[in-house]
Amino acid sequence: MLIKSRRLRGLLNSLGSVAVTLFGLLLVTFVISRMLPADPVLAIVGDHATDEYVERVREQLGLNKPILVQFWIYLTNVVQGDLGQSIRTSQPIAQELLTVFPATLELATLGTLIGVVFGIPLGVLAAVRKDTLIDHIVRFFGLVGYSVPIFWLGLMGLLVFYAKLDWLPGPGRLDFGYEDMVTPVTGLMTVDTLIAGDMDLFKNALGHLILPASLLGYYSLAYISRMTRSLMLGQLSQEYILTARVKGVSESRIIWKHAMGNVLVPLITVIALSYGNLLEGSVLTEAVFAWRGLGLYITDAIFGQDMPAVMGGTIVVGAVFIVINMLTDVAYRLLDPRAQ
Amino acid sequence: MNMLLKAGVAGLALVMASGFAADAKTPKDTLVMAWVFDDIISLDPAEIYEFSSSEYMANTYDRLIVQDLDNPGAVKMQAAESWSASDDGKVITFKIRPGIKFASGNEMTAEDAEFSIERYVILDKNPAFILNQFGLKKETVKDMVRVKDASTLEVELDAPYAPSFFLNCLSFTSAVVDKKEVMSHEANGDLGYDWLRTNYAGSGPFVLKGWKPNESLVMEANESYWGGAPKIKRVLAKNVLESATQQLLLQKGDVDMARNLTNDQLTAIAGDKNITVAATPKATLWYMGLNTTNPNLAKPEVRQAMKYLVDYDGLAKTSFKSIGIKHQTFLPEGQLGADNETPFTLNVEKAKELLAQAGLPDGFNITMDTTNKTETRLLSASIQNTMAKAGINVIIKLADNKTTLTKYRASQHDIYIGQWGSDYQDPHSNAEGYLMAPLAKRNVWQLPENETAVLAARDEKDNTKRAAMYMDLQKKALETSPYIIMFQQIETAAILNNVKGFVIGPTFDLNLYANVTKE
Repeated sequence: MLIKSRRLRGLLNSLGSVAVTLFGLLLVTFVISRMLPADPVLAIVGDHATDEYVERVREQLGLNKPILVQFWIYLTNVVQGDLGQSIRTSQPIAQELLTVFPATLELATLGTLIGVVFGIPLGVLAAVRKDTLIDHIVRFFGLVGYSVPIFWLGLMGLLVFYAKLDWLPGPGRLDFGYEDMVTPVTGLMTVDTLIAGDMDLFKNALGHLILPASLLGYYSLAYISRMTRSLMLGQLSQEYILTARVKGVSESRIIWKHAMGNVLVPLITVIALSYGNLLEGSVLTEAVFAWRGLGLYITDAIFGQDMPAVMGGTIVVGAVFIVINMLTDVAYRLLDPRAQ
Repeated sequence: MNMLLKAGVAGLALVMASGFAADAKTPKDTLVMAWVFDDIISLDPAEIYEFSSSEYMANTYDRLIVQDLDNPGAVKMQAAESWSASDDGKVITFKIRPGIKFASGNEMTAEDAEFSIERYVILDKNPAFILNQFGLKKETVKDMVRVKDASTLEVELDAPYAPSFFLNCLSFTSAVVDKKEVMSHEANGDLGYDWLRTNYAGSGPFVLKGWKPNESLVMEANESYWGGAPKIKRVLAKNVLESATQQLLLQKGDVDMARNLTNDQLTAIAGDKNITVAATPKATLWYMGLNTTNPNLAKPEVRQAMKYLVDYDGLAKTSFKSIGIKHQTFLPEGQLGADNETPFTLNVEKAKELLAQAGLPDGFNITMDTTNKTETRLLSASIQNTMAKAGINVIIKLADNKTTLTKYRASQHDIYIGQWGSDYQDPHSNAEGYLMAPLAKRNVWQLPENETAVLAARDEKDNTKRAAMYMDLQKKALETSPYIIMFQQIETAAILNNVKGFVIGPTFDLNLYANVTKE
């Protein structure tokens, strides 16, 4: 009974903190955006509109009310599940988010997978071969991924693999003209084409995904491999490793079992953060690859002073981080015996 | 970042110039365009006012009259087959062309035209002011726009205006919507607005097939179009924001047309044998607005001096080579009465002389509000450089478009640099804008004598006299106005050679697909 109520209280506590976090996030976004020196009405009416028209639209949108009143109205709508309409496209925000978020989710997930699959072994390799040529190469490779603008890498990638070699299809999520042939179910193009049972379209969708996902994967690999290397180095100098070696445990067992067991817990945080960053959407990658994802959506909305859209995007980003945090907590409990 | 970007683009251009044949991969019956159309906020003709949506309207709706592409400054009949004016010039009568069918199958009548014009005024969106000028107001429009019979429409004006002025204005705001179809979607007395802003009820050469905001726009040929079915079956536009990506797609043959290449990119593809660049001057000007409440800018000699401190010719050969032509008067080439003289060149000595006359021989400090749009940024950097030669220290304030505009509309600038396009293809649009409001208001230069002269030119019925009056106004503005007009925008489209017949017209709406063919 006691355990049950403690669990319940724990659940209520975390739900409460989620609500407070989201509320704070929304309030800050709202206030900052309203403090910009640009008039949001101009986004809709343009340069030429008469002053009377500007004022009329301001009234229609409720922008003449005090900021906190506007925020309150917005909040009550959100609580009732209404994210509002985009000022620039007249579409319901929820519907727009449902198309842009899966596009980013698909890209970020594959990108993170690539980052993990290649980043961890590279990091381990660099740590084990510390200060050798291999270590330098891995670190240099990581540094390049970290410091070269993703925009430039994206253009070069397109130039080489799409334009020159013709190995991969170009920008977009499918070849132009085919996009309307897929009925959106999950919003993930690869999954939807599979559901439709169209293998040609699936291959096409996958082809379009490879280049931008590899690019994001490279970026996340650079981060993950560096962190893996330094975490691993920290473990390899510990006395229990020395003990294991003295006892004659094989080197691969020492690294992948003993040391990795301890590296994994902090590494999960690193991976989760990197995944979270990619899920916010990568504006530049999305721009280069004409990929309508969350990053581009929020950026457009900010420049277009489309407040309901900015707020909607903010809610998604906030929710993403909350979900990822929760998953990380779960992973901790599974991986760390002390937390169990 | 910027340097790297440039290096990337230059690298691209270099490798591409070495050439790989564009293998046309787009379907033969479809025109595929890479185009930035994120300015579209509505598909309802009564609300359409942005560049991209106007182009959509021109291809999907019939208007009573439109600008005549072959005869700049004149109009030609479209959904109307003729017009006439009453003796006192206050009643204009249109005969509707027989046999026009809407996409719904309904036949177009004068009642549709009446409904459409009333809708512009009653919904009172951005373009409504164009009709308001003629006394067509919310309260009166139902009495002033009348159906005489099934094929005759009468529009009464509150005063006898120059017919060319009324017709030029109407050439933008007379898209005819299908009354029955639109009204079947009416909700809460909105005249079908909520529905039509994302749907279609027209009779044009193309019909709307799909619109995903900021993503894609699909139009299909209207096989039974009264003017003959378009030659191409379908037009597919993809919103590709990044111009370097547009260039790649075009050179690879994955699109037939790239609509938003930059000056650098156009220069880079100039040698590509597979690509032709179509270019037409549009009614949009790059200019500086000088706020006359600034004590230095209040002096006419200072304003004249600054007109001699822009490297017009140098810029025309470099940053504006493919996207602009030198232009210094407030009426763009192609409009009635446009004066194409360019008296100003970069002349530092002359400028120094004028500054000395103004009592400012050592120059002064001044701020310039500019947007982060590439061309405007390049322009302001060059101006900063040339102004410094006469001691004018220009401090550039860079911000996004809306921030700059907010300041400009509130007259909180010293110098504003940006673009201004005509609202409709009549000289009154710019004459009013530059000499009465809103630009004259923003730069605090509203003079009663200008207003009198602008209104007199607007109402002059003899077209030759009217043109001469505008010529006169432009000459005066060159000498005294707080505007430094520099370039007229050229709109370009880079097109694969197997695609022919795309028309870029002089107004911002008339970019037409109906004659496009693909070999």
